[in-house]
Amino acid sequence: MLSILHFIWMLIIGLIVLSFLAGSAMFLIWLERKVSAHIQSRLGPMRVGWHGILQSIADTIKLLLKEDIRPVKADKLIWWLAPFFVVVPSVMAFVVIPFGKTLIVKDLNVGILYIMAISSVGVIGIFMAGWGSNNKYSLLGGMRSAAQIISYEIPLILSIIIVVMHANSLSMQKIVAAQSGYWYIFYPNMALAFVVYIISATAEVNRTPFDIPEAESELAAGFHTEYSGMKFAMFFVGEYTNVFIVSAIATTLFFGGWHGYIFPPIVWFLGKTYSIVFILMWAKWTFPRVRVDQLMGFAWKVLTPISLVNLAITGWLLLK
Amino acid sequence: MNMGPQHPSTHGVLSLELRLDGEIVKECTPHIGYLHRSIEKIAENRTYTQFIPYTDRLDYVASMNNNLGYVMAVEKMLNLEVSQRAQYIRVIVAELNRIASHLIAVGTFAQDLGAFATPLFYCFREREKVIDIFDQICGNRLTYNYMRIGGVQFDFPEGISEKIKDFVKYMRPKVDDYDQLLTHNAIFLARSKNIGVLPKELAISYSVTGPNLRASGVKWDLRKDEPYLVYDKFEFDIPVGENGDSWDRYKMRIEEIRQSLRIVEQAIDALPQGEPTVKVGRILKPSSSGTYFRTENPRGELGFYIVGDGSAYPYRLKIRAPSFSNLAVIPELVKGSKIADLVCVFGSFDVLMGEIDR
Repeated sequence: MLSILHFIWMLIIGLIVLSFLAGSAMFLIWLERKVSAHIQSRLGPMRVGWHGILQSIADTIKLLLKEDIRPVKADKLIWWLAPFFVVVPSVMAFVVIPFGKTLIVKDLNVGILYIMAISSVGVIGIFMAGWGSNNKYSLLGGMRSAAQIISYEIPLILSIIIVVMHANSLSMQKIVAAQSGYWYIFYPNMALAFVVYIISATAEVNRTPFDIPEAESELAAGFHTEYSGMKFAMFFVGEYTNVFIVSAIATTLFFGGWHGYIFPPIVWFLGKTYSIVFILMWAKWTFPRVRVDQLMGFAWKVLTPISLVNLAITGWLLLK
Repeated sequence: MNMGPQHPSTHGVLSLELRLDGEIVKECTPHIGYLHRSIEKIAENRTYTQFIPYTDRLDYVASMNNNLGYVMAVEKMLNLEVSQRAQYIRVIVAELNRIASHLIAVGTFAQDLGAFATPLFYCFREREKVIDIFDQICGNRLTYNYMRIGGVQFDFPEGISEKIKDFVKYMRPKVDDYDQLLTHNAIFLARSKNIGVLPKELAISYSVTGPNLRASGVKWDLRKDEPYLVYDKFEFDIPVGENGDSWDRYKMRIEEIRQSLRIVEQAIDALPQGEPTVKVGRILKPSSSGTYFRTENPRGELGFYIVGDGSAYPYRLKIRAPSFSNLAVIPELVKGSKIADLVCVFGSFDVLMGEIDR
């Protein structure tokens, strides 16, 4: 009896998470279109609903009705599985994100480690898409993506370790609780870690200036060239969910999570997260793209040494 | 690997046959001809006046300049001198069109480097103003068909001088904006500095012209060195690059927009009164054993070689398109570079397929 109730409870929570996630991805797509439009002195979607707010829903319906085209020479199984490998890990990462004091699906004691482990799975999906499509451009995109994400994982984790050292815990809630006084961003070494984090995170989610796996003008869309209809939409949802997650992690680790005054915690959390999302979008629509070798050089020659030095200094400060 | 003819960064229907080693380009062979319309052959069956609209379709981004090159070649055959007002009007529209063309070059170059759409939209926003002016002058927005043998189609409408002056005032700070957004952006510099370096000697041996030649450090501009129309009456500088890399080629275009604005400003102030057109017959029957006339187009030297046998139709008409020579040198520059650099070099040369496949 208890186990059935427990199962229903899990199902409800799963539904809430999924619907929030779908809504969030749709909102982000709409937001990106509006932000980019205003940066480029356009209006963006205006027709569907107030200022085009329902545009994403209309697009989803359109994509659902599209024919699912599969290249004849594609590797069937791998090609079919790839979009799921991209979306599912980003959904799973939602489990440990603290929206409020009690608004968390499960406060794992290895929370941040769990997110890092889970989000690395996504790259396999991108690589599978590149390989399975049996298209040279897609394969180049997949290869680039694998190289890029593996390189940027290192400075990313190093900058997170600095936070973990301060907070003395891997649990997301304990990290937030440790920031009830000052947010971590106000410590100089943490601010540096944040800069490293946000650059690496941009690279992790394949956005400009690090969007070389997609590289429209070079690879004609990269790993998702051959996908259409809902499979393409899943890559899109995966990308925007990842954008939300890296911003949410940044909020949790550096900006005090749900801490704030007057307004309820959830408002603070979402406000901070969307501000970071906005910064990512701003960068995307302003910068050119770096070249693939410059990108690797930047990760290994600049970000990783900075993070290591920062790590050593933080360790010395904590032991002193 | 085949890059094109359907590829987002080949600017039209160019196909590049690439031999790759991973991401390194080993060999690059351009295949042209996807846009061939045999314009040179058509010319042999059209009267001299009838051919003017066909020149619009060569370099469709700068059709004023094409019109100009053609009508001046025919005028040279006829030994025809056009009125001062027509000459000034021609200079003004040609320079405005040069600005519009360079704006597209800068915007698409930034797009090729991955600055997705934003610089392109800014450039198109400014280009729209130029097009509005042209729309008022001649009623067309892309293929103007404005020049006539012996002058121009219409005189300037009322109030257009103020509009052009306003545009010059509006455009100056915008060029500075591009400097801020792109020219000194660290990523932009890393992507385009020392990429696709075109040495002086190589450029001359491939007869590269226009901003691409000047970026390599050769000070050669027909407007100064072989002045036609009234270009010798204006003060303007010829920007010259140092290294001949992609960044220099981009920079040349930005500087030339500034210089063109100077020319437009001086020309509109000195615009004389008078008739814009000299009356010439509807059917022209010039005869010449070969007349060559070249003008400085936004993309380089555009030459028209016309042989007339005294009938109403040219016996032979040959067009020297600048983009053709500019494209020919690209395979030399990209050997051993990355695909991303190929796109960058290609974008910086600003070749246009319309005039390569005539």
